[in-house]
Amino acid sequence: MDALLTPVWDVVFAPFADYAFMRRALVATLALSLSAAPLGVFLTLRRMSLLGDALSHAVLPGVAIGFMVSGLSLTAMALGGVVAGLMVAAFAGLVSRFTTLKEDASLAAIYLVALALGVTLISGHGTQLDLLHILFGSALGVDREGLLLVAGVSSASVLVLAAMYRGLVLETFDPVFLNAHHKRHGSACSKLLSPWVWHQAFLMLVVVNLVAGFQTLGTLMAVGLMMLPAVSARLWHDTLPAQLMNASTQAAVAGTAGLLLSYHFDTPSGPTIIGCAGVLYFLSLLFAPGGWLPRSWTTRHRVA
Amino acid sequence: MSVQLNNLTVSYRQHPALHHISGRFTQGSLTAVIGPNGAGKSTLLKGIAGLLPVQGGSKGPDGLPAAALQIDALHQPMAYLPQHSELDHSFPITVHDCVMLGLWGLSGAFGRATPAMRTKVDAALQTVGLQGFERRPVGTLSSGQLQRTLFARLLVQDARLILLDEPFNAVDSKTTAALLALVLQWHREGRTVVAVLHDDAQVRSFFPQTLLLARECIAWGPTAAVLTEANLQRARAMAEAWDETAAVCDIDGSLNGQSFDALLAQRLTESTGA
Repeated sequence: MDALLTPVWDVVFAPFADYAFMRRALVATLALSLSAAPLGVFLTLRRMSLLGDALSHAVLPGVAIGFMVSGLSLTAMALGGVVAGLMVAAFAGLVSRFTTLKEDASLAAIYLVALALGVTLISGHGTQLDLLHILFGSALGVDREGLLLVAGVSSASVLVLAAMYRGLVLETFDPVFLNAHHKRHGSACSKLLSPWVWHQAFLMLVVVNLVAGFQTLGTLMAVGLMMLPAVSARLWHDTLPAQLMNASTQAAVAGTAGLLLSYHFDTPSGPTIIGCAGVLYFLSLLFAPGGWLPRSWTTRHRVA
Repeated sequence: MSVQLNNLTVSYRQHPALHHISGRFTQGSLTAVIGPNGAGKSTLLKGIAGLLPVQGGSKGPDGLPAAALQIDALHQPMAYLPQHSELDHSFPITVHDCVMLGLWGLSGAFGRATPAMRTKVDAALQTVGLQGFERRPVGTLSSGQLQRTLFARLLVQDARLILLDEPFNAVDSKTTAALLALVLQWHREGRTVVAVLHDDAQVRSFFPQTLLLARECIAWGPTAAVLTEANLQRARAMAEAWDETAAVCDIDGSLNGQSFDALLAQRLTESTGA
């Protein structure tokens, strides 16, 4: 029995039992899985799958300015990132409102500018290593302060998402219905909650989650933990609560497996986690009910 | 609820899609809105539903200015069913939850879903013949079943003014008959119903009032008086004569420097000559 259990312990549990930095990385990743992956499901449902990508690039100049002001201080960089992300989201919203450009097009334009600005700022004021750290993160370097930030953001974001769930579902599923109701007879309370408010609150959640993820996974990879499990979860279930649960679970599994792999094989943690999420995605593509194999099987049955 | 239109104009990007409409959907009336494609039928419904800004207005009988769109008893619930395509069919939501969203006016974003509400939803699904479909995702429904679901949502909304945009499009005859029976039931209950329709025979048999539109009001009144060959031909010619790029027109109806009536007369002679 021991002969069987010892290797399992060594591979799966020992890294977390022995090293505090591994425990902190695990908690941070699991917290992000809980809050970011469900947001990704909503992003795909709103046909804004690439918005997370765009926003994750857009926070970069803010992070860079935070970095320039106070070095590798998490608080400063996080604050800068949140401000930059919210500004870009609001600007894109304004552009789509007052010009003929759609929101995704204006976001694409702004984030490219922001990314260029961010990389220029960082490479002008830091070493290559700093740039790599910000772009790709290091889950193994999460300190106590960083852990509190991630846990706090995740908790708040899960609670806010739960509170705005019904409105967000309605605004995603049938915006015309919500709009018509709002225009003609909202009560005083729901008058305040115009459809636009749901959208902006949702974008805020996405931004703060991306910023919380940037230390563990880096700005470029944070979006991976948000989107990859979400996309594969949609292949497994046809009700929203199940998809949300599935996305969080897949993100947690990918996060844990990724940390262990990066520990044992000495690979960078962020890309390894995203790689694991990618493997889950390809497995889902093949084996999930909405994936390739079950669909081709059922078709064959119907023909026979 | 009744709806009064006073010289109402609805524009997309400064081009009027519909203009100078005056008249009244009286309390408890059942009105069909018909007209050629692009006549502004959907635009009218969107304007009434508040989804498009309206302009216009006129002097009322007392000499005071009257707003372009006057809806009395606005505190009562109003329901709007858009055209079939304007909803995300692939959204992972069950039939029961979709109908439940019709109670948004009662529950709001944060209110509790009470057992009474669930009973109401179940009863509505029963009425439209979808019992047993509660747990089905809307994405797996046929277009007829989806339309039944949306009618169930209209039922739970319990609206006094109901706006239906082509409710029987892409729906088989059996479903059409069932849904039409619901519309007639609403009429008997004294609700005001306005429906955009294409089927003239259906309008003649079931809808007491008709509004014939072609960018402007061609005729509005009892169906038999509105659906005359002369009116229908006028509507067709009017729709063809309309210049899409027309600027916001003057009150007297002159377009691009050319009198609209002259243009119309020209079209009419062309069509009778052909």
